[in-house]
Amino acid sequence: MQQTALTTEQIRALIARGKLKDTLFKALGVIFLAIGLAVILLLVIDMVQKGSERFTADFFLNFASRRASQAGILSAWVGSLLVMLVTAVAAVPIGVAAGLYLEEYAKRNWITEIIEINITNLAAVPSIVYGLLALGIFVYQFGFGQSILSAGLTLALLILPIVIVSTREAIRAIPAMIREASMGCGATRWQTCRYHIVPYAMPGILTGVIIGLARAIGETAPIITIGALTFIAFLPPVPFAAQTDGTTAGLFDWVVSPFTVMPIQIFNWTSRPDPAFEINAAAAGFVLMVMVLSMNGIAIWLRYKMRKNIKW
Amino acid sequence: MSKKTPLVSMLALAGVAVFASQAAHAQVIKIDGSSTVYPITEAVAEEFQKAKKNAIKVTVGISGTGGGFKKFCRDETDLSNASRPITKKEMEDCKAAGVEYVEMPVAFDALTVVINPKNTFLKEATVAELKTMWEPAAQGKVTKWNQINPAWPDQPIKLFGAGADSGTFEYFTEAIVGKAKSSRGDYTASEDDNVLVQGVSRDVNAIGYFGYAYYAENTGKLKALPIVPPKGGAAVGPSEDAVIKGTYQPLSRPIFVYVKAKSLQKPEVQEFIEFYMKNASKLTKEVKYVPLPAAAYTGNLEHVKKKKYGTVFGGQNEVGITIEDLMKREAKM
Repeated sequence: MQQTALTTEQIRALIARGKLKDTLFKALGVIFLAIGLAVILLLVIDMVQKGSERFTADFFLNFASRRASQAGILSAWVGSLLVMLVTAVAAVPIGVAAGLYLEEYAKRNWITEIIEINITNLAAVPSIVYGLLALGIFVYQFGFGQSILSAGLTLALLILPIVIVSTREAIRAIPAMIREASMGCGATRWQTCRYHIVPYAMPGILTGVIIGLARAIGETAPIITIGALTFIAFLPPVPFAAQTDGTTAGLFDWVVSPFTVMPIQIFNWTSRPDPAFEINAAAAGFVLMVMVLSMNGIAIWLRYKMRKNIKW
Repeated sequence: MSKKTPLVSMLALAGVAVFASQAAHAQVIKIDGSSTVYPITEAVAEEFQKAKKNAIKVTVGISGTGGGFKKFCRDETDLSNASRPITKKEMEDCKAAGVEYVEMPVAFDALTVVINPKNTFLKEATVAELKTMWEPAAQGKVTKWNQINPAWPDQPIKLFGAGADSGTFEYFTEAIVGKAKSSRGDYTASEDDNVLVQGVSRDVNAIGYFGYAYYAENTGKLKALPIVPPKGGAAVGPSEDAVIKGTYQPLSRPIFVYVKAKSLQKPEVQEFIEFYMKNASKLTKEVKYVPLPAAAYTGNLEHVKKKKYGTVFGGQNEVGITIEDLMKREAKM
């Protein structure tokens, strides 16, 4: 096709137009980003302002109370942390193993396809559904009761798809030549996974795990469904500590203890008649936010540390 | 992360499962049920644990009156908070599971109809007027104040009320419309009463209803609407006095705690109940409910001692019962 040559001016104009669009898009991006950040910032500032008078040691060391000024979040934050521990212990091995299998072992056939599609679908299932499932299976069928164990396992199911997907993505990012080299030296598939694939994928896996946990810590619906409490003025038993009834707590007694978690405490405080509890709710909201942010912070730090050690 | 971790944690989980099948430490009193009764039971539980130096543990959950009874009749909890008497269905469930119980009225609540403090035309309302406002037939039709009473202005009416799962909704519809759970659906409904408080306090044309405690904590933002009793006479606003005298009708209601008979054999539950009844009057007042006369609380303990199990309501919710009626009925049991 015949094409007329452009003059220098025309080319310059064309470039200028392109650059203008580029700048416009950049500005738009910055504006949208700023809107998102401003909303979070406003929320945080609002919570800090409302809740500032509750940021005392007592707030972290007191149990719930009917008097707003004496009510604290001790059982809530301890409960949240312990539930997260159970969630991580359950979700990480299962999730990583599943991801590893799908990436390294599974044959590419329709069964694998179906499994993959379903894992993606699971990620979109509303959390309340997990709660109902857990109520039937963990609480009643397995007899775990309304315990930290039930809650931890429920949330583990909830974040399992996230862990699996991030594991697979981390594994996929490892160059194929690593596998080839390993197997070329006579390593079995298992040895390759154990000494190369898993260690190299660990930063990515950990990021996925922590993002999953950060989502789980804010979940309320499934936890309420399985029967978390609202008023609980004691902590789960510390392993091997003496109990009030004269016995000694077992190593795993805490997992079957009743509990409450941060979001439930916050929800309860916002729905109480006495407006003074709104201060508590704001303060607790801020604490929860700090917990989530520090989990994300740890993820970033771990990734950075581990990436530094990987030399290909 | 060590390569052994997956295996170790799986073993740990298996171990945990074995532990979990054994019961946790015995001395925990489990309570669940209504969010309306929750503040009272929570206050008692808090004081009780303090008094016992935490030797006896008490947990209180909020699953609503119905949800609470489900657990109670499945033999999972020791006490159940209830903002209405036990229903026939629940009585059957309990019977099937062999759960016997002592019914203990612990306080009175006054469902409060609230309006915006800037509302100048509304001084009182009759039950009939409230019915016109809330009955299912009003849906989409009754949208202005003057459609209810010509003396009221030609302004839109904004309705705020309890969500369909709450005992408050059940009681209000039964008392006002005449049939439980029968209400128009086009109003702002929320299980969270603070949402309703905010809504009514921001709109001059708003009207809503919820438990007295939410009004009592927000008297600066809301005005309580006096109600003309169905039997006639002067309109009465909600107050402790009116509830005690039985003149705030038909929106006064008793609230209950149900105690499992089997749990009463445990000394800690027995102790808790005694503590509850001894301190109910003071603590009830503190959380803005109307306490019953002292005789009601001693009567409850009397029922425990004489093993008088069951309900005095026969599975029916009753509207407009006064403290006096209730006392007579409990005494006859």
